[in-house]
Amino acid sequence: MKKKKRTKILLAALTVLVLVVFVFPFVWMLLASFKTQSQIMSADQTFIFTPTTDNYESVFRQYDFLKYIVNSMIVAVASTVLSLLLGLPAAYSVARYRLQGFGLVILVARIVPGISFLIPWYIIFSKLGLVDSYVSLVLSHMLVGLPFIVWIMISFFEGLPHEVEEAGMIDGCSPHQVFRRIVLPMSGAGIITSSLLSFIFSWNNFMFSIILAGDKTKTLPIAVFNFMSYAEINWGGLMAAACIITLPVLVIALIAQRYVVNGLAAGAVKGIRSAGTRKRLH
Amino acid sequence: MRYNWFDRNLKWVYILPALLFVLVMMLFPILYTVWISFYEWSMSAITPPAFVGFANYIALFKDERFLDALFNTFYFTVVALIAEVVLGLAIAVLLNRSFKGKNIAKTLFLLPMVATPVAMGLVWMLIYEPTIGAANTILKAIGIHPQLFLASMTQVVPSLIVVDIWQWTPMVALILMAGLSTLPADPYESADVDGATAWKKFVHITLPLLKPTLIIATMLRLIGVLKTFDIIYATTQGGPNFKSETLNIYSYVLGFQYFKLGSASALLVIFFLIVMALTLLLIWMRKRLEAAS
Repeated sequence: MKKKKRTKILLAALTVLVLVVFVFPFVWMLLASFKTQSQIMSADQTFIFTPTTDNYESVFRQYDFLKYIVNSMIVAVASTVLSLLLGLPAAYSVARYRLQGFGLVILVARIVPGISFLIPWYIIFSKLGLVDSYVSLVLSHMLVGLPFIVWIMISFFEGLPHEVEEAGMIDGCSPHQVFRRIVLPMSGAGIITSSLLSFIFSWNNFMFSIILAGDKTKTLPIAVFNFMSYAEINWGGLMAAACIITLPVLVIALIAQRYVVNGLAAGAVKGIRSAGTRKRLH
Repeated sequence: MRYNWFDRNLKWVYILPALLFVLVMMLFPILYTVWISFYEWSMSAITPPAFVGFANYIALFKDERFLDALFNTFYFTVVALIAEVVLGLAIAVLLNRSFKGKNIAKTLFLLPMVATPVAMGLVWMLIYEPTIGAANTILKAIGIHPQLFLASMTQVVPSLIVVDIWQWTPMVALILMAGLSTLPADPYESADVDGATAWKKFVHITLPLLKPTLIIATMLRLIGVLKTFDIIYATTQGGPNFKSETLNIYSYVLGFQYFKLGSASALLVIFFLIVMALTLLLIWMRKRLEAAS
């Protein structure tokens, strides 16, 4: 009995240790964002220090951070909404009419290195004068969001009871009405999950934006990255900027924890599994 | 009942917009990349692309920087992948019991993988900072000399691997936890009757049953690790002295800093084939596993 209790305490301690390790960088970021440069440099002011909000003020005043927040919002919301508009009907079509090939396309989208999309787009967008425009950013971010939404929603639609749709047909709904009036209202959980993830992917996107964004459309990750190229690294300011970028995503994760976990794990697992089975059919 | 044209062809109407997007935004760029990999072009409007056959590919295999990037990619991938799967499994088993605050633990665990990678890269730069960083403070406390981390040619890749492990081990753990929660209870009960130790149960029951989920988690991370870009580019940009330059970073540099579109595309084709081959290998392993059971 005594041994059992000891194991229990040991496991609890181990759990806490693991959590501390994974949360540590966030704590570090938050602390440093409220420190002056000299406080960051001094070892005896690690946890106890007089906090300052100067870093946050300078980020907004000197670097026009509000503009980048707005840019990031516009791109993330627009790419998510457009991905939903294209992705929901497509996913329903794949789930109901068993259009299998499309699932494979989505797997390929995950495997192909992003830069191989970026080079042709850059050439085309610069010819069309669309570099440094919301259009090119939104389209490129959809490339991550759309496959993910389709991916998650296929399995979601497949899981819905078919009888409800049949009942709708008997009541005189056309297939399109069945989708709009019966299926979509039942799919709230799936739509929330996939939209949140699509938003997060867009908000975090660095590789596409660094090429396609310019002075007018610069998103947050690019703005923060550019901070570093200034002569001396202002660590406090950088950490304040990092906090601001990360905050919305962390809030989403905290509020919608269940959705995000399910989306990341189930969506991913499902896609690969069906690609594996499809190969066997041939 | 008779429907109008729209409803009769609904499955095509529904999929067409997404399909067009995929064709224009994905399929076309992939084909274009393959095509331009046989040409030499620097995005100039005056000089058109010149056909060079396989010259870009041949040149790459004589290019030291490419071979180093190839090595760095494999080094990074193998170490990070093994560490993430082993640690992820350990953490999944650790958290797979009912305890107070389990939900909070799972939520906190989610944070590294959803947080903006560039921002996290900067945080790790501060942690690794040789004079003021937390890493050296911790090392000093346990009596180890200060290290250069990201500024050191030998430590830069291991240091970046640590960041990747921090960022993605939680995802492996969460997927494996989902897998663990679906395992049947019977084998464990009969093992308890036989008086098996926890370790024996883990090796003889948990591991074999969890294998399919393990392969999926491994495959997901394999694709992710091979293509790691954000944390490397945000912190070192492939330096110092190209020692942390992976295939992804080098193709980016070739394409957008040197404007050697042909070489960059040839590299991307090779890179894609590597990712594809390794993914197919894991899918094949999974199928063999299914066939065996």
